[in-house]
Amino acid sequence: MVETSSPLVAPPPNWWKPAGREEKLWIGIAAVWAVSMFVMMVIIWPAIGGQQNQIHSYRVDPSEFQAYTTAFIEEHQTGELEGVPVVSPPPDTDIFLQASQFQWTPVLELQRGETYRIMMSSIDVQHGFSLQPDNVNFQVLPDFITGLEMTPNETGEYTIVCNEFCGLGHHLMVGQIIVVD
Amino acid sequence: MTAQAANSTNDSILAGLMRRCNITNLAIDRNAEKLIMVNAVVSVVFLALGGIMAMLIALTRWEMVHLLSADWYYRVTGAHGAAMLIFWILFFEVAGLIFSITVILNRRLLMPKVWWIAFGTMLVSALALIIIMLSGEATVMFTAYPPLEATSWFYLFFITFAVGALIAVISFFIELVNARYRGQVGSLPLFTFAMLAAAVLALWTLVSGAAALIPTYLWSIGLIGHIDAGVYRLLFWGFGHGAQQINLVAMVGVWYVLAALTVGARPVNEGVSRFAFLLIILFIHMGAIHHILVDPGFSQLSRAINTSYFIYGATIGSMIHALSIPAAVEMAQRRKGFGQGIFTWLKKAPWKEPGFSSLVLSFWLFGVMGGISGVIMGTVQINMIQHNTLIVPAHFHMTVVSGTTLAFMGLSYYLIPLIFRRDNVFPGMAKLQPYVFAIGMTIWGLGTGFAGHAGMSRRHWDSTFGDMPLATDIFQSAQIDISLVGLGLGALIAGVGGAMYIVNAVATVFLGKKTDTPHLPGIDKDALTPADISAREAAREGHGHHRGFEFPGTLILVFAFLVLFMILYATSWFELSTISWTIE
Ligand code: HEM
Ligand SMILES: [Cu+2]
Ligand SMILES: [Cu+2]
Repeated sequence: MVETSSPLVAPPPNWWKPAGREEKLWIGIAAVWAVSMFVMMVIIWPAIGGQQNQIHSYRVDPSEFQAYTTAFIEEHQTGELEGVPVVSPPPDTDIFLQASQFQWTPVLELQRGETYRIMMSSIDVQHGFSLQPDNVNFQVLPDFITGLEMTPNETGEYTIVCNEFCGLGHHLMVGQIIVVD
Repeated sequence: MTAQAANSTNDSILAGLMRRCNITNLAIDRNAEKLIMVNAVVSVVFLALGGIMAMLIALTRWEMVHLLSADWYYRVTGAHGAAMLIFWILFFEVAGLIFSITVILNRRLLMPKVWWIAFGTMLVSALALIIIMLSGEATVMFTAYPPLEATSWFYLFFITFAVGALIAVISFFIELVNARYRGQVGSLPLFTFAMLAAAVLALWTLVSGAAALIPTYLWSIGLIGHIDAGVYRLLFWGFGHGAQQINLVAMVGVWYVLAALTVGARPVNEGVSRFAFLLIILFIHMGAIHHILVDPGFSQLSRAINTSYFIYGATIGSMIHALSIPAAVEMAQRRKGFGQGIFTWLKKAPWKEPGFSSLVLSFWLFGVMGGISGVIMGTVQINMIQHNTLIVPAHFHMTVVSGTTLAFMGLSYYLIPLIFRRDNVFPGMAKLQPYVFAIGMTIWGLGTGFAGHAGMSRRHWDSTFGDMPLATDIFQSAQIDISLVGLGLGALIAGVGGAMYIVNAVATVFLGKKTDTPHLPGIDKDALTPADISAREAAREGHGHHRGFEFPGTLILVFAFLVLFMILYATSWFELSTISWTIE
């Protein structure tokens, strides 16, 4: 007494029948849940959340980006850490963070509570910006700027890991952001 | 099937071109049979190869062992991804395509030579790719993101592999049209319908893959000066993500089959099940976007709409199957007399049959661990705290390994004896195998997931981050250490489970006792019967239909699932909110 066919056998013609009560209930609930997730992501979180994913994207030539970064370092350098320049830029300037095999340049010293426009790009292959220990991740590509407005709310040393495979030295690629009062 | 088509099947059997299976009574084309055999054997060989590589890389990520050098870890990780995700899965799926278009339609293959060309092209390309990736000439992972460059041979064989797969997919469509034309089939069996859905997805997917890889190949030989990293990622994931939906629908098709074989389960409603496949076909194409949620190039709104509006359409499709598979099992069990109470049907299920246990374990791990984590990860803002961490491999090992791979393993406990006509060599080991594999993958998934949750990168050789310029001790914590132990031990247990499967499969194929009635784990008497028309008419007239809830146990299970989904979803938003940086 079974109304439907084995999945391994062609059903006889005229197999269509309307969905049962339980199935309609479940499909309805699944649809409501899907719409709720949509509303959460597109309306609610953008209105209330402190962590948005509003990437400001620009096209840039890698050599041009490298020139921006060099100028940025020259203007704001305050020191050096293990061979990498350290910069302490004022909050209202654009920050340039350059990814290359296998280094993040420069080390940034930022002030707690200030908002920075951080512009990241690569001058060779793809890299991944992974800010630890908070665990915030963005993709960094050549030819594009991944632009973010970020505000550090706590002081401390943050590590930038590269989390896109970028060659045999991928695991050596570590950078730093220092947040001071 | 029309009478004429049935006659021609009988003629073919008399002429020795087909044989009739003594157990299922299906007519099997000799050509199709051989092709299913070679595709299945090759797929299992790649599974074995990929499995060995899995052990090597897992034992490298487990910091206490740290087995391979950096160079070899990256080579082997790339080759493991290719051998498993692409070769094991695709060869098995081609076997499934051929099976669904010949054996269960009782028809002969129209163009066996073309199928052999597809197989040969795929095999040569796959072997070449593995050799190239292990040689160190193409250490770019299977995603091959430019402008990181591999030898041009790598892109070439990647493309020829896709061409081989495309030949198989197009042949499937031609066979199907031919079957309809000759009156060999009207409405498709549900499994063939699932494979048709897989083939439709494959078509789009392979076109997108070609659009990504052909220019990259031309770039690697110097014909094109520049390759756009962002556009490549979009196109590549049109292929890479779409390919996962092929695996999903193939796996769901296998679930229906396993449920039918082991307990005689029937889809609750053929229309609803087919509609769910249709939803997946229609809505998954934008899925590519959820791999590039933290990429520059698209606005937050367009990324949000593409992942939510479109993916959630497919999510509803998956949630329908999440109801209809257990409901089918429950109703079948209740028909058998296990109708008491709410969960007696589940208690009395054939837990010792590998076909059934792999169905349940695959269903559970895919839905609960893989599905929920996938939808959460596909949320634009939450993706920021998960992208490229170990949460990503944890998620997709729950889908494509614990889900698809385990389901395929379960099916082959039937397929291999029936097609090779040999007895299973280690039936006792087969009973245990799905449990060992699933337990190992669960521990692996939790360990890997928690490590990712703490920020640990995927595809990364040095889990300590302690031995480089600007080194850090952030990752030298108890949470990371324990998670990595889970990753390592889970991998070893899953490795044992995988080896149990492979040893059994290989032994059965080569050493199993030859027989026309191979001993199977158990096949339900209703496994291959069509609908009972009188029952259907009675139901239409309202007799005996919907007196109460037909599958109360399933309803309780799916609602529990939904509650868990909501809790994990809410937890993830909470975690995002605890980040100490404001990001706009
Ligand atoms: C015993 C079973 C398995 C274990 C223990 C295992 C383990 C692993 C490990 C440790 C990684 C590397 C993670 C990283 O460091 O980033 C990995 C990557 C991967 N695995 Fe598996 N795996 C198994 C089976 C499979 C199967 C059956 C498939 C596909 C069907 C698969 C597909 C992949 C893919 C696509 C990657 C990503 C490679 C990449 O990042 O390029 N794995 N696996
Ligand atoms: Cu990098
Ligand atoms: Cu890297």
